[in-house]
Amino acid sequence: MSDARPTTRYTEYHPRWYRPRVSTWWWLARWPYLKFILREISSVFVAWFVVVLLLQIRALSRGPVAYAAFERWLQNPLIVLLNLITLFFVVFHAITWFNLAPSAMAVRFRGKRVPDLLIVGTNYAAWAAISLVVAWFLVRS
Amino acid sequence: MAKQSNEPVLWALFSAGGVMAAFLIPVHLFLLGLAFPLGWIPAPSYEHLLALVRLPVTRLYLFLLCFLALFHWAHRFRYTLYDGLQIKHLNELIFVCCYGGAIFGTVLAGYLLWNFR
Repeated sequence: MSDARPTTRYTEYHPRWYRPRVSTWWWLARWPYLKFILREISSVFVAWFVVVLLLQIRALSRGPVAYAAFERWLQNPLIVLLNLITLFFVVFHAITWFNLAPSAMAVRFRGKRVPDLLIVGTNYAAWAAISLVVAWFLVRS
Repeated sequence: MAKQSNEPVLWALFSAGGVMAAFLIPVHLFLLGLAFPLGWIPAPSYEHLLALVRLPVTRLYLFLLCFLALFHWAHRFRYTLYDGLQIKHLNELIFVCCYGGAIFGTVLAGYLLWNFR
């Protein structure tokens, strides 16, 4: 393990580098750090949703018996719990994403910058509208 | 001349996937993962869903949702591992696993949806 502690190696023409090693758990030190890591971890739950969606599509194409088995699998308490946690993370992703929208796109109208609150508000309104449309397609027997 | 980076393309996919995921996944997941299995809202019948997924436009929608959401995951998860765990010597392996996983999932989604009967 010669590379394990590069800070202690002799470096020609330089005083010894001062690079204190950051703990692997740095993100537990402060709430904003933890929030950042939770936001990044949300991506894992986005991927989990895709897995569930692909399982649903596969079950649908295999016929009513396979689909009934898939629906029973969704009722497994562990899967329900996992999906509850997933919902928390994907909503967290959505909220942090929309709140950052004004920084990502500075919209101008007649030479003036559109207020941040208006951009965020538009995003939330669109979120509500899109959710209703998706629900309208799915919630019908 | 500097080697051209593919980072902008990967970032664009991450960003597009982030928008898709933020607008669409919460409602899908709430219905599919909680409201239907727990009986809060009556679940759609097999026939209704089958008819819905048979429409080419639905399959295109589902494909884009899977494709972009997976590339969103790949990019963000890659940087989570880079920053969170400080395992620089494994960066190439992480890169291959993340985008390999995303490509695998996208191909699988394409296969399932293209061959949907």
